[in-house]
Amino acid sequence: MRIGDAKQTYEADEAIWTSQTQKLWFALFLLVLLVFPFMANAYLLYLGCLVGIAVISTTGLNILTGFTGLISLGQAGFMGVGGYTVAWFSLNTGLPFPITLLLAGLLAAAVGILVGLPSLRVKGLYLAIATLAASVFLHFIFAEWESVTGGMGGLSLEPAHLFGATFQSDFSMYFIIVPLAVLMVFAARNVFRTRIGRAFIAIRDRDISAEILGIDLLRYKLMSFALSSFYAGVAGGLFAYFYRVVTPESFPLSMSIFYLAAVIVGGMGNLLGGILGAAFMTLIPEILKLLTAALTPFYPNAPVFMSPMLEIIFGALIVGFLIFEPHGLAEIWHRIRRFFSLWPFRN
Amino acid sequence: MDWLFFGEISLAGLAMGGLYALIALGFVIIYKATRVINFAIGEIMMFAAYLFLAFAGGLEMSPWVALPLAVLGGSILGGVIEKVMIRPMLGESPISVVMVTIGIASILVGLVELLWGADPQLLPRFLPREPVFIGEMYLAPKIAYGFLIGAALLILYLLYFRFSRGGVALRATASDQAAAYSMGINVRRVFNLAWVFGSLAASLAGVLVAATGGLSPQFGAIGLSVLVVVIVGGLDSILGALIAGVFIGWLETVAGAYLGGEYRMPATFAVLAVILVIRPYGLFGTHEIERV
Repeated sequence: MRIGDAKQTYEADEAIWTSQTQKLWFALFLLVLLVFPFMANAYLLYLGCLVGIAVISTTGLNILTGFTGLISLGQAGFMGVGGYTVAWFSLNTGLPFPITLLLAGLLAAAVGILVGLPSLRVKGLYLAIATLAASVFLHFIFAEWESVTGGMGGLSLEPAHLFGATFQSDFSMYFIIVPLAVLMVFAARNVFRTRIGRAFIAIRDRDISAEILGIDLLRYKLMSFALSSFYAGVAGGLFAYFYRVVTPESFPLSMSIFYLAAVIVGGMGNLLGGILGAAFMTLIPEILKLLTAALTPFYPNAPVFMSPMLEIIFGALIVGFLIFEPHGLAEIWHRIRRFFSLWPFRN
Repeated sequence: MDWLFFGEISLAGLAMGGLYALIALGFVIIYKATRVINFAIGEIMMFAAYLFLAFAGGLEMSPWVALPLAVLGGSILGGVIEKVMIRPMLGESPISVVMVTIGIASILVGLVELLWGADPQLLPRFLPREPVFIGEMYLAPKIAYGFLIGAALLILYLLYFRFSRGGVALRATASDQAAAYSMGINVRRVFNLAWVFGSLAASLAGVLVAATGGLSPQFGAIGLSVLVVVIVGGLDSILGALIAGVFIGWLETVAGAYLGGEYRMPATFAVLAVILVIRPYGLFGTHEIERV
């Protein structure tokens, strides 16, 4: 029994770990992540990699939308920048993947800064539309700048390689994607223990008050855009290495909406929420597929209904969470945790 | 330069723009009264167009019976959406409300696919087929008559908002909610009415647009063009919606004809980007002053 935790210093409030139990569970979680690829079959491994990529991208969007309060409908566009950067550099220069991934993140961040420029003048929905415009332009560039992007056919790339080792299978990709995801979530967690992260949150809560408090709005908003697109770029780069092909259709607008939905379903402005949301939203279609497969013997045309049902469930999840559980899965998780830490008391 | 061709393209574009203006009007009404950006407007259009397909094609009603029924269906849908999903979101952050409408859009796409399948469909013909000539310029009849019907509804709307009780209540609510409330205006009803009227305009436009270009579950993507229209015109300006609607429709068609179909979206979004930099609240939108 562990009833609440009284924090008596700022250090305690800022600490990543609030209790010994938490550390223990986290170590256990890491162990599971490590053992997972050796136990799982090909399908589960594939899903594991997808969830890892989604976690990185969702965390990035969470920094921008959840913590800084700037809505972005351009996440898929930034991921596309990352994907194409990786593809171009690995095709034309043969650089090893850590460098191409870094370049993907940096280039996406640069584009993010450019897209974020209007954010001082416009905000809220006008900004959302501005990011939407950016992703339309990016999509246009992907499709039309044929000498670099390969046009509608896209680019195919060689598997990632480092020190003579090639990362071809899902199994080996897992060991790139998942550690990177853990690392980047941790990095994000630390950002919010610093002055910069605090400034983001102040801007989200009320940007004018933040400005009066001496926060340089443009600078921090652009920083948030850069950081968020960096995450998107890395996620896009991993995406490119994972599927080993990038086309303009790999990063549709619906993907931006998917990540926004993942942030909301998980819990806006909560890193754990981003992780839960990314995993949940990635796995829902798979669960539905399993369900359809189980139903097919009884209802032969069940597969016909799968794709529309997926649309409906996707929409219903967004609407349902926003109306009934606005803080998302993270809040449900906290409630469960509270139950155990307060037990035998109820609240 | 072939002026005749340019004239024909421009005319077709302007007519399409008229329909954009109608949809944008539906958008602006909802925004003005309730401060909700309705990303589901394209899907409401789509739903009404499918209703028309069901009534006129499936049940073989006369198109002139089916059209009002479909539009009515679309407006009821708007009212129901407001009651069930938007009202509980009162007072939440704009991000959340927008995401709810995106969710609604996804639900509607799924429903339509479930009911009518994912394949593109053609609407039964109901507009006159004789080609229309203005001077020497040919204009496709579907577009011309669609524009006329749309324009008629637009004028009705403008008169309604100017002179009727409901229209005055709506404008009062838009300009100051609390004051309107204390003057005895039933604000909840106005919210609902705004959704009904907004969806009505969108539904009619939906049937007309689908009649010219065919219908599929991806039809709702037209909502994106309309978003550009309302942002350029100013989210809360009816006049802005009309002017920007006609302009964006024209620009899109001309860019499509001269540069190729893939330039339609970038051309309009380029205008949008310029407008956002020059006048962030749109050409005719209200500039809100924020205080702490």
